[in-house]
Amino acid sequence: MALLEVKDLHTSFFTDAGEVKAVNGVNFNLDHGKVLGIVGESGSGKSVTAYSIMQILAPTGKIVSGSIKLDGQELVGAGEQVMRNVRGNKVSIIFQDPMTSLNPTLTIGHQLMEAILLHTDRTREQAEARAIEMLSLVNVNEPAKRMKQYPHEFSGGMRQRVMIAMALACEPDILIADEPTTALDVTIQAQILELMQKLQREMGMAIIMITHDLGVVAQMCDEIVVMYAGSYCERGTADEIFYNPRHEYTRGLLRSIPTLGSMGQKLHPITGTPIDLLNLPEGCPFAPRCEKAMKICIKHPAESMDINEFHKASCWLNVKDLYEKQQSASVVSAQEGGEA
Amino acid sequence: MNSKEVAYIIKRVLFAFVTIWAVITITFFVMHSVPGGPFASEKAVTPAAKAALEEKFGLDKPLFEQYLTYLGGAAHFDFGPSLKQRGREVTTIVADGMKTSAKLGVIALIIATASGVLLGALAALRRNTVADKIIMVITTAFVSMPSFIMGTLFLLLFAIELHVLPANGAAKGGLILPIVTLALYPMAYITRLTRSSMLDVLGQDYIRTAKAKGVSQRNIILKHALKNSLIPVITYLGPELAYITTGSLVVEQIFAVPGIGRAFVNSITGRDYSLIMGTTIILATLIVVMNLVSDILYRVVDPRISLD
Amino acid sequence: MNKNPLSMQVDMDDFLPASEEEKSYMVQMRASSTFFRDGCKRFYKNKVAFTSLVVIVLIVISAIVLPIVWPYSYDVQLGVQPGKPVDASYNNLAPMEYSRSEQQMMEDGQFVFPHIFGTDASGRDYFIRVVYGTRISLAVGFFASIIVLIVGLTMGSIAGFAGGRVDMAIMRIVDIIYSLPDMLMVILLASVMRASLGSAFEGTVFAKIGSNILSLFIIFALLYWCSMARLIRGQILSLREQEYVLAAQAAGAKAKWIITKHLIPNCISIIIISTALQIPSAIFTESFLSFLGLGVNAPMPSLGSLASDALNGISSYPSRLAIPALAISLIVLGLNLFGDGLRDAFDPKLNN
Repeated sequence: MALLEVKDLHTSFFTDAGEVKAVNGVNFNLDHGKVLGIVGESGSGKSVTAYSIMQILAPTGKIVSGSIKLDGQELVGAGEQVMRNVRGNKVSIIFQDPMTSLNPTLTIGHQLMEAILLHTDRTREQAEARAIEMLSLVNVNEPAKRMKQYPHEFSGGMRQRVMIAMALACEPDILIADEPTTALDVTIQAQILELMQKLQREMGMAIIMITHDLGVVAQMCDEIVVMYAGSYCERGTADEIFYNPRHEYTRGLLRSIPTLGSMGQKLHPITGTPIDLLNLPEGCPFAPRCEKAMKICIKHPAESMDINEFHKASCWLNVKDLYEKQQSASVVSAQEGGEA
Repeated sequence: MNSKEVAYIIKRVLFAFVTIWAVITITFFVMHSVPGGPFASEKAVTPAAKAALEEKFGLDKPLFEQYLTYLGGAAHFDFGPSLKQRGREVTTIVADGMKTSAKLGVIALIIATASGVLLGALAALRRNTVADKIIMVITTAFVSMPSFIMGTLFLLLFAIELHVLPANGAAKGGLILPIVTLALYPMAYITRLTRSSMLDVLGQDYIRTAKAKGVSQRNIILKHALKNSLIPVITYLGPELAYITTGSLVVEQIFAVPGIGRAFVNSITGRDYSLIMGTTIILATLIVVMNLVSDILYRVVDPRISLD
Repeated sequence: MNKNPLSMQVDMDDFLPASEEEKSYMVQMRASSTFFRDGCKRFYKNKVAFTSLVVIVLIVISAIVLPIVWPYSYDVQLGVQPGKPVDASYNNLAPMEYSRSEQQMMEDGQFVFPHIFGTDASGRDYFIRVVYGTRISLAVGFFASIIVLIVGLTMGSIAGFAGGRVDMAIMRIVDIIYSLPDMLMVILLASVMRASLGSAFEGTVFAKIGSNILSLFIIFALLYWCSMARLIRGQILSLREQEYVLAAQAAGAKAKWIITKHLIPNCISIIIISTALQIPSAIFTESFLSFLGLGVNAPMPSLGSLASDALNGISSYPSRLAIPALAISLIVLGLNLFGDGLRDAFDPKLNN
């Protein structure tokens, strides 16, 4: 049994302007100790998926349907009591912007110890010792002194280290990292990723890495989910997604990365803008921007299709390929039959 | 306290002195633009007071010299005798009035703060419910009603129609109506302030972080949200305390409370210019000092604010 | 072409490339609407703010029109007629009451226009005085806000654009004015100006407006421009740093272009909102000064002076206090709610 199973998750925000369907049927599994990447551009529903798992959506957001199972326990509709025990204990999260994610009027120590005291039986002294231990684990210098300081006395990279220490203090089974490096300098980004990899090796938790940076994904992830406009395009092992992409959006994403090999060549951006989540079209949400869009793409959303054991994709082009293969096969077999 | 903080406080204190100096200067020259000058224009001035003033401020000397003398006097809180109240010094009149006004103001502000924070937090947590809407409508009405209207309506209702409370502030229980009148505006204001700042704080990323840690809704509010949402309230309280304890001009007038505000209004209607000048300067000084204190306190409460 | 048995449900045509037209048809963009139109829509949806606007408009129209068509005037003492002894029965009439001579005229079959709110102690029709007082209060609030806007805009733009020492100097002045106790200063200036301006304006147009109202305007111009100036300066500074302005500069846009196309549209909503919110505060201050006897010159009424005058007869004629009090509260409340609604609808920072 997978550690985390997300099935057909639908999450919407109910605003004055109408229902914003932020997540429309996302599926994935996560096993113990694995790293899953969720990739997509802004507004594709990556973060909302993560917040749905922890049920920390904004007041207007609601899980409309679907199932989220953690260790076999259903979390959708499980109630606050259960969720409080999950949050920070079994599943932790680090956020995109470390500058605003820490309470500016409480000391770092206070904020670190809060979760420890909440989820473990440790005394205050033990919790403090644990917090200091966590701080040194994430390479914060002079942790005992740092405990008494306030967030504004920390740099962005340091704050993200604190966030990581806070998230891992109760040894969660799953760490969700919601674009953990987007707001940081490039050099700091590398340090933070390295730190996360190191901690993952040492502590063995599973990670859900949410990012729009394919480089990060390539470096860290075992499995990848590519999302567009709230629904998933394809998912599979990292190798499959990078070397055998079977969705036009993924292909576009990969084409748009500048590499050393592509120097001097023209980059291929994906043209157009993402669709309006308030008025989702009937067909495939990527169709308006897809160079290879077909008539059926506009009418019907593509269903998920197994490409192979490690790879699923939702693109009509795969159906077309399959169909053409079958047709040519049947032509061949018809010819063979004729000859026979 | 590090050197940066000390430097900041020194800078703020110096600025407070500049402000007080500006008040004295403006007051002095504005009053001297009255035809004939502030001390000479009135016929009703007693000869004794006039003589005392002439001696004190050297009214026959050039204006600038008079200004320097006045400035020197102000440094010792010496503003000379009142023009109209025989034999009384401006400083004594102000000090007498302050006793009543400060008592009135402190009580009113305590009531206003306690009820305002409570109602504001309630409105924020019950956002868009009937309770929230009722609180908002009532406080908007209170904020929109000038205090003299509120005061006179209370006077009309409780003292004249119902006869439950005395109209005169000097009578027994006479301070109840002025205190309530005085408290209503800051109460309404604090309620609105607390509500909006609470809503603002509840939408912050760090509240989401706390929730993601598994902190209960109750503790999120008590430990994470309340303190942070009170910061704007504290910044409001400092100056408001200064204003409210230095006497409400209108409320004291309506209820005949023998406070500093009434003394000030009477000095204006009676054109007691030395009293006007002295009162303005003393009250302004108090306000500036209290602002200074609350400003420094505010920075202690909120570690985010860098002292620059 | 033979239909393939495997593709029963798949129509071959479905696999033809979609045209651009078909693709664009899919993207049903919401009717592209401007910021202004969006704001209006939001404002219209806000029932409280919209009702306030209607109430304010009604009050403004009646304050302008009623004094013209009303048969009574705000300053005519009805009991005093040339060549006749003073008819005291006109004084202190209760609402809808008639004086003795009016009752006489009615008995003679003549139509006498009723005194809806009665008359005051001098026998002046109270309704028209309240209407006229509303007119004065609104006008004072409006012009004071305009003055504040002009001074604030000028000082703020100078500080924002000039920068350096000029900016420093202006901001220090702002700081000092900010820390002045405003009410004390207003009263001080008002009481002095009343004494010194009165004689200077004798015989000019200003005399009609009254020295008190003029000093009120001067006070507003001197003291209340600070927050507007800070606002404008802050906007200019932050806009100057914004990337799109940099982009416009990089694209070779001239200063004038940047100001008219970027700065003003971005500042305009914030300017309008704070001006709208300045009006009730000015009305507040005026009524406050009038109440202390430093407001409009008699016989001109303002809502504050009417309330203040009514204090003397509060136990016998409570309605004379209640009516202007209600009127001020209604106007200030309406303007505040309207201003709040404007801010909610047009302040882009609040729209996420």
